[in-house]
Amino acid sequence: MTEGDRILPFPGRRAPGETSDAPAIPTLPEPAPTLEGVVLLRGGRRLLDGLTLRLPGHGITALMGPNGAGKSLSLRVMAGLVRPDLGQVRSIAIATSLVFQRPVLLRRSVRANLDHALRAARVPRRERPGRVAELLGLGALEGLADQPARALSGGEAQRLALVRALAVRPRLLLLDEPTASLDPRSTAAIERLAARVAEEATEVVLVTHDPGQAARMADRIIFMHRGRDVETAPAAAFLDRPETPAARAYLDGRLLI
Amino acid sequence: MDGFSGAVSAAFGLLAALDPELTGIVGLSLAVSLGATVTACALGMPLGALLAVARFPGRGLLAAMISALMGLPPVVAGLAVYLMLSASGPLGPLGLLYTPTAMVIAQTLLVLPIVAALTRETVAALHDEYDELLRSMNAGRMFALGTLLVDARFALTTAALAGFGRALAEVGAVMIVGGNIAHATRVMTTAIALETSKGELALALALGAVLVALSALIHGAVALLRNRAEGPAHA
Repeated sequence: MTEGDRILPFPGRRAPGETSDAPAIPTLPEPAPTLEGVVLLRGGRRLLDGLTLRLPGHGITALMGPNGAGKSLSLRVMAGLVRPDLGQVRSIAIATSLVFQRPVLLRRSVRANLDHALRAARVPRRERPGRVAELLGLGALEGLADQPARALSGGEAQRLALVRALAVRPRLLLLDEPTASLDPRSTAAIERLAARVAEEATEVVLVTHDPGQAARMADRIIFMHRGRDVETAPAAAFLDRPETPAARAYLDGRLLI
Repeated sequence: MDGFSGAVSAAFGLLAALDPELTGIVGLSLAVSLGATVTACALGMPLGALLAVARFPGRGLLAAMISALMGLPPVVAGLAVYLMLSASGPLGPLGLLYTPTAMVIAQTLLVLPIVAALTRETVAALHDEYDELLRSMNAGRMFALGTLLVDARFALTTAALAGFGRALAEVGAVMIVGGNIAHATRVMTTAIALETSKGELALALALGAVLVALSALIHGAVALLRNRAEGPAHA
């Protein structure tokens, strides 16, 4: 996988100046898969088993599925943290950001955490104070800028982790159960923030177990089971009438083995 | 000599008057031990960080050896450096034996394992925690290592202070390679040993008081830093 190998943000979009009935550039019927036939083996088990994920290049896609389905792992593969044993990863790693379920914050102030991420993203020094202020505002963290990041509440810490992930201005933002341990109010703040990010040029992939959250946020849902993509559908249709027995059982709260 | 109480009051006299012999000895002690600590940190912190982060054959063995050397008896360190620097040793032609430089080398040998082992421990724990984050940021290896060292700052300062404390307090190594020569290589610990054996208790007591005060200061600072490092903002 190379960093130059990029997903087209809007496949099928016509080049400027073309008429609608003369498609000189061939349009793709489907977006190029971000993961194609990905297999990941650990100790003889196939944790990812021929997983193919097609992301549309915009909006919010939710990954759902029981524990052990390989949702977090597929985010890590997309972020370039885990190398698969087989299969293709069309990576935009340099423009991909990952927010972990449990935020990992540096032992520094809130401001210094953001500045560190901007330095990691090679943002020039003179631009950094402005960008820090922008990110603090986005996360509603202005009043906490000089607090030690490790002393923040769970909700504040996750807001910081999310806006820090935006320091690279990612094209693809991966959220791994970002609200799993948050109260409703903090959850709403994270959801608003993620929705706002998705309205701009960033595509969002969200791992969630909460059908309510998927309904509120996601445009499409990819249902995973045993390391495979089982079903892909628009969010409302999936939550209303899942097609596969595995997805029906999962949404009904029945045990999936 | 008029007994113990006389020695105590004479010691206070030396301290109060900032006796030049006393201050000379304290100054040389601080200079030698500080030099050794700085050298040991310059070598030991990168070494410890490397052992924490890099994967290479023999890494475990090297880490175990460094941990074992934390308890190296100072006289043995002194003996080893003596053998290297003595007239017939490999570094004999440099003429360093019985100079402050030789004392710095010997104390560096004592402090380095402490600094390296504590750095390795701290940086390894941070590396476990930060590794995925830093890789997901596409941070370069040197940038990542810098992040780990900055975030380990309290623990690394503690390691340096612990090393400085050990260097200041040891007698054996500086005695062997320094020779306890007045106004040249005489430091607090060797002076105390000599003055006590001569029965000159005043200077010994005064130096002992300074040494205890410095040691208390260092350990107070270590305790404060540990509090800070384990506090809610940092842990």
